[in-house]
Amino acid sequence: MTLLEFARGPALAFSVAVFVVGLLWRLAGIFRRPGRVDHSVPRHTDIAAGGARAIFAKMLPPRNVKTRVLAMANAYAYHIGLAVVVLAFAPHIAFVKRTTGLAWPALPDWVTYVATAVTMLGLALALVIRLTDGVLKLLSNFDDYFSWFVTLLPFVTGMSLLPPPAEPGPLAAHLLSLELLLVWLPFGKLSHAVLVFVSRYRTGADFRRKGAAV
Amino acid sequence: MSDEIDFHTPRFTIKRPAVRVDQQGEATDAERVGRAMQAFARDMGRTAATYMESCIHCGHCAEACHFYATSGDPQYTPIWKLEPFKQAYKREAGPFAWLYRTLGLKHAVTAGELREWQELLYDSCTMCGRCTLACPMGIDIAGLVAQARHGMFAAGLVPHELHSVAERAEREGSPLGATPKVLKERVEWLCDEHEVEIPLDRPEADVIVTLSSIEIMKYPASLVALARILKQLGAAWTIRTDGYEATNFGLFSGNLDWQRDMSLRVIRAAIACKAKTLLLPECGHAYGAMRWQGANMYGQPLPFRVLHVSEYLAEAAREGRLRLKPLKDSVTFHDPCQVSRRGGATQAPREVLAALGVELREMPSPGDANWCCGGGGGVVTLHRADEHRHRAFEIKMKQVEATGAKRLATSCSNCRLTFDDGQAHFKWDHRMESLLELVADQLA
Repeated sequence: MTLLEFARGPALAFSVAVFVVGLLWRLAGIFRRPGRVDHSVPRHTDIAAGGARAIFAKMLPPRNVKTRVLAMANAYAYHIGLAVVVLAFAPHIAFVKRTTGLAWPALPDWVTYVATAVTMLGLALALVIRLTDGVLKLLSNFDDYFSWFVTLLPFVTGMSLLPPPAEPGPLAAHLLSLELLLVWLPFGKLSHAVLVFVSRYRTGADFRRKGAAV
Repeated sequence: MSDEIDFHTPRFTIKRPAVRVDQQGEATDAERVGRAMQAFARDMGRTAATYMESCIHCGHCAEACHFYATSGDPQYTPIWKLEPFKQAYKREAGPFAWLYRTLGLKHAVTAGELREWQELLYDSCTMCGRCTLACPMGIDIAGLVAQARHGMFAAGLVPHELHSVAERAEREGSPLGATPKVLKERVEWLCDEHEVEIPLDRPEADVIVTLSSIEIMKYPASLVALARILKQLGAAWTIRTDGYEATNFGLFSGNLDWQRDMSLRVIRAAIACKAKTLLLPECGHAYGAMRWQGANMYGQPLPFRVLHVSEYLAEAAREGRLRLKPLKDSVTFHDPCQVSRRGGATQAPREVLAALGVELREMPSPGDANWCCGGGGGVVTLHRADEHRHRAFEIKMKQVEATGAKRLATSCSNCRLTFDDGQAHFKWDHRMESLLELVADQLA
């Protein structure tokens, strides 16, 4: 079995399995806990709508509360860049189609190249901010730095595929770097990709009940 | 023996202890940690677990906290105040706890860390919830701090002053010595002095009025104001000496049993007099404790409605029952965090101010995003917190001055007390007034 065959076969299956089972385990760890029966009289009863609204409202910067402008603008930039590269780059869509049969239109390559540059620069800046800002230095632990590393790595290995090389090694490395990210995601802070919906919904719903501000 | 309360300073709390005792009971360090974690885990429901899993260490909450904003000290970052409890959750209770323990990725929390964090959980957090507005994940950090305080209380690691006043509240029914006997004497004096009727212990009443001990001891004019307003509204009301104190220091200190006792005293008094409405005083945390947590302490829905006095006044104004002479002044309003941002009654005082006809001049970042006065959550009781509480208060002074308003009002006696203390400390030329008293002064 070549390295590429390994990356496309057992490594991919293993990483997807860890990703799915790990995330489900993490979510089960939350949802197995008791919910609270709230006997207070609600101010509003459209509680689910409040939860849903919070998911979207929290995508925008808070009103009337000072924010870390550079860090926030940078986070917008690399999250959007990441989404464009992962979901709208033609070779990625082709990979998903080969694996699952699902496909959707791609954005032009130049758009994804710009998105790649934005994401990589954004991640670099995010690290600089984390290493230099007193608050972030205090809060940061292994998870923050390793999550940063496994997010950047597929971009670095992906760059070696432009233009596509003749030998299979760089593609195998790219796939393995993605698989490392998938394996790590359920265990660390990258799981906020899923938890963000749970957390925002929970607060949005509870606070809507009271009429409190989110 | 109880610590003596100092009634000769703008801020009512116990006298500065000659020797601080910030640790209660006899227990080994291991026992303290065990109790803290057990109490914290007991409250670990689905929502709290979600929050524990969701922090992305972005640090945005820091900017929203008055204690960080005025010191620049990263340890005041709101989510950092929960660090030992986050560690403990991940190591002992989270979905991957077995992994953390097996691989030794998170160390066991020590009693030393809990002692160190006492200052962050009590002195440096008013549970104002402004950080939640800033959190992109929507984590209710103030709610988690309340939960962590349960752990700290169980460990016997509560700051001296806060434990002292909370214990007094549990034992005497008031954190400031406003016992039923003192209340009766005050009411008699106020009735004679101001020629108002303050009905005590009526067997039946539509409205049961509850009070803050700060009002009873420091701002008794509030009782007179309320009596005058309720007379105009024709309310059948009473104050019950078996359940009148609403501030709930059980909640502040982190003792769930005391919180329940304090809530149940008031609830049982309301039920005993068949009240249809329980009227909460100008007190922020009383609102959170009773309006949103009271029924849960009782274990079932309350057989009466619970209103903050500003909501009651707004309702009366809306229905045209409150007849007022216009107040031709500019006023700025300080929102009590627990009533506005965390309680959902942000508009009620504004309706009342509109009924008064004042020119309302909002502060920068008003209403739900309002900066805390710095004294909530029991912080104003703590002598050792004075320096950074005063620093945080400077934000409020700037906010107020930016409005250029002639008068300053709020609907929380604890905020008012904190403003009085700040006014004295900074020799500031602004005096905080009570919304309730503004209304009473303008009754037609």
